[in-house]
Amino acid sequence: MNNTNALEVVKVNKSFHDPVTVPVLKDVSLEVRRGEFVSVTGKSGCGKSTLLYILSTMDTDYTGEVLIDGEATAGADKGRLAEIRNEKIGFVFQFHYLLAEFSVLRNVMLPGLKLGRKSAAEVEADAMDRLRQLDMADQALKMANQLSGGQKQRVAIARALINDPLIIMGDEPTGNLDKKNSEIVFDIFDRIATEHKRSLLIVTHDVDFASRTHRNIEMEDGRVVR
Amino acid sequence: MRLLISIALTILRAKLKQSIVAAVGVMFSITMFVTLLGFMNGLNDLLDGLILNRTPHIRLYNELKASPEQPIAREWQQQHGAADTSAHHFIRSVKPKSELQKLRNALGIMRTLEKDPRVLDVTPRLVAQVFFNVGTTDLNAQISGIEVEQEVRYYMFADYLVQGEARDLATDNNAVVLGKGLADMMEAKIGDVVQVTTATGDRALLRVSGIFQSGIADYDKVQCYASIRTVQELLSRPGSYLTDINVKLKDITMAPAMARELAKRFDVDALDIETANAQFETGTKVRNIISYAVGVVLLVVSGFGIYNILNMLIYEKLDSIAILKATGFSGGDVRRIFLALSMVIGAVGAAGGLLFGFVMQHIIDNIPFVTQALPTVRTFPIDYDPKYYLIAVTFALLTTWIAGWFPARKAAEVDPVEIIRGK
Repeated sequence: MNNTNALEVVKVNKSFHDPVTVPVLKDVSLEVRRGEFVSVTGKSGCGKSTLLYILSTMDTDYTGEVLIDGEATAGADKGRLAEIRNEKIGFVFQFHYLLAEFSVLRNVMLPGLKLGRKSAAEVEADAMDRLRQLDMADQALKMANQLSGGQKQRVAIARALINDPLIIMGDEPTGNLDKKNSEIVFDIFDRIATEHKRSLLIVTHDVDFASRTHRNIEMEDGRVVR
Repeated sequence: MRLLISIALTILRAKLKQSIVAAVGVMFSITMFVTLLGFMNGLNDLLDGLILNRTPHIRLYNELKASPEQPIAREWQQQHGAADTSAHHFIRSVKPKSELQKLRNALGIMRTLEKDPRVLDVTPRLVAQVFFNVGTTDLNAQISGIEVEQEVRYYMFADYLVQGEARDLATDNNAVVLGKGLADMMEAKIGDVVQVTTATGDRALLRVSGIFQSGIADYDKVQCYASIRTVQELLSRPGSYLTDINVKLKDITMAPAMARELAKRFDVDALDIETANAQFETGTKVRNIISYAVGVVLLVVSGFGIYNILNMLIYEKLDSIAILKATGFSGGDVRRIFLALSMVIGAVGAAGGLLFGFVMQHIIDNIPFVTQALPTVRTFPIDYDPKYYLIAVTFALLTTWIAGWFPARKAAEVDPVEIIRGK
């Protein structure tokens, strides 16, 4: 088994420049091992979401180093970053962000089709498999906007899993869900980490959620405090 | 790329109404473009045909002109060895002779031309001035002796006969076909006998065997036709007496160059079709420019329609764009999706436009259009040349591509972080 960390962050700094320069991240360093379920907590405005978007490779305006599966992403071209996102990162957002025009199944399949390693039929089988794991198989042919919030979030997780990513990142994935659905999502994440040995990095302000993860990173004022 | 197109089609289906509006815009402009150009060019062909069908590509003739060299000048030249530049000669005793109108060795020229591989047809003519005697008045007219069969075949002579048969002219030695205006003035009907006087005073009786109408009133008032033999007899000239040789070429564009060549070779005057009808060429060009300009403007307008709708669509779909990018679609992929979307709208609109354009052309083609000036025309003319369809499609795809490119580029540059965090 490969021993490189799934994710390694070395001295990342970032400032917002509009209208005046405000530093948001100060010398942030952290690492996430394979199969580790990590949560990031902190007060509103402490920079945890900003950090997450840097780690996701979508935000490239920072200094420092971010290594995903040992590959440095700072300075890589946008096409390569898109490939990394497609192949190695699964995303779950607070707002479920499914494509309303597509069916549930198609939503889950899209990143797999984009990756293009498998035929459409295989991707479809994979997608059904993920949906089954999340108890959503019976909803597969519904349109995305016909689902409830909790169901949408499970579909989003299924989509994040379609390419067997190295790491799953979540920005308040339970922030918009009730207690029961939050519980379901947590159990799914836990299972992904322990059974499938995927890394998870979840930003949350839910202290109860964070306390049950393998490790909690606490941020304050742009720094990692614990 | 297949995946991107399928995504584009899904978005299109979700926004069916707007997409249809955009496609209808393209369709409308293509319809108008095809219809307009077909109609305009149909008219052009008709108007050109009015003159050009009946006009030889090259006409060989002898122009009546004053002798370029007067005896007094030649005398001076012989004595002094140079042209006289010191004085102006008022004595111009050599006048043009009517005999000059005759083409010398006309039959020889015709035989030579008939062997030329560039030549489609050689038709002789004999043109003379005559008077028709109506009561106490003499009507001035021009009689053309023609080879009826060749004129029918190559110069559409039969098309312009509104009464009578061209055949009769060929078989009857005393037959004459009168222009409509001329016949009206003489109140002559088919079968009537008219008296004609030549410039030299010879008289003859001719039987009216037909009436023709060219569509040009002034021409119809003075023109009449008879067989070439009839006119030769009328003028008491031998069978070799011809005034014009009309040449049709296989390739009309060679006319000006060949006219110059023939003029030099046979020492005659040669008039080519482009020089003779320069004004028609100009008219055709101007009409073409106008119809293309209108067509292109229509397409540009529909391009703006696509641009607007696509911009709106992208604004509405910012979330989807962000999520596509977050899950690994690159900016280029997003651009291609929206470009494909635009092209689909353009292609569907263009296909519909071609179909409707064809239908519109058919409708116009069946609208009755009867005018005194154009005896052969029953309905509005249409040119169904596939060229215009091809131009329309090319332009439509080009405009939709350009109209789609700018919004698509904007979509490609959407920053997903801003959208996702902005919620």
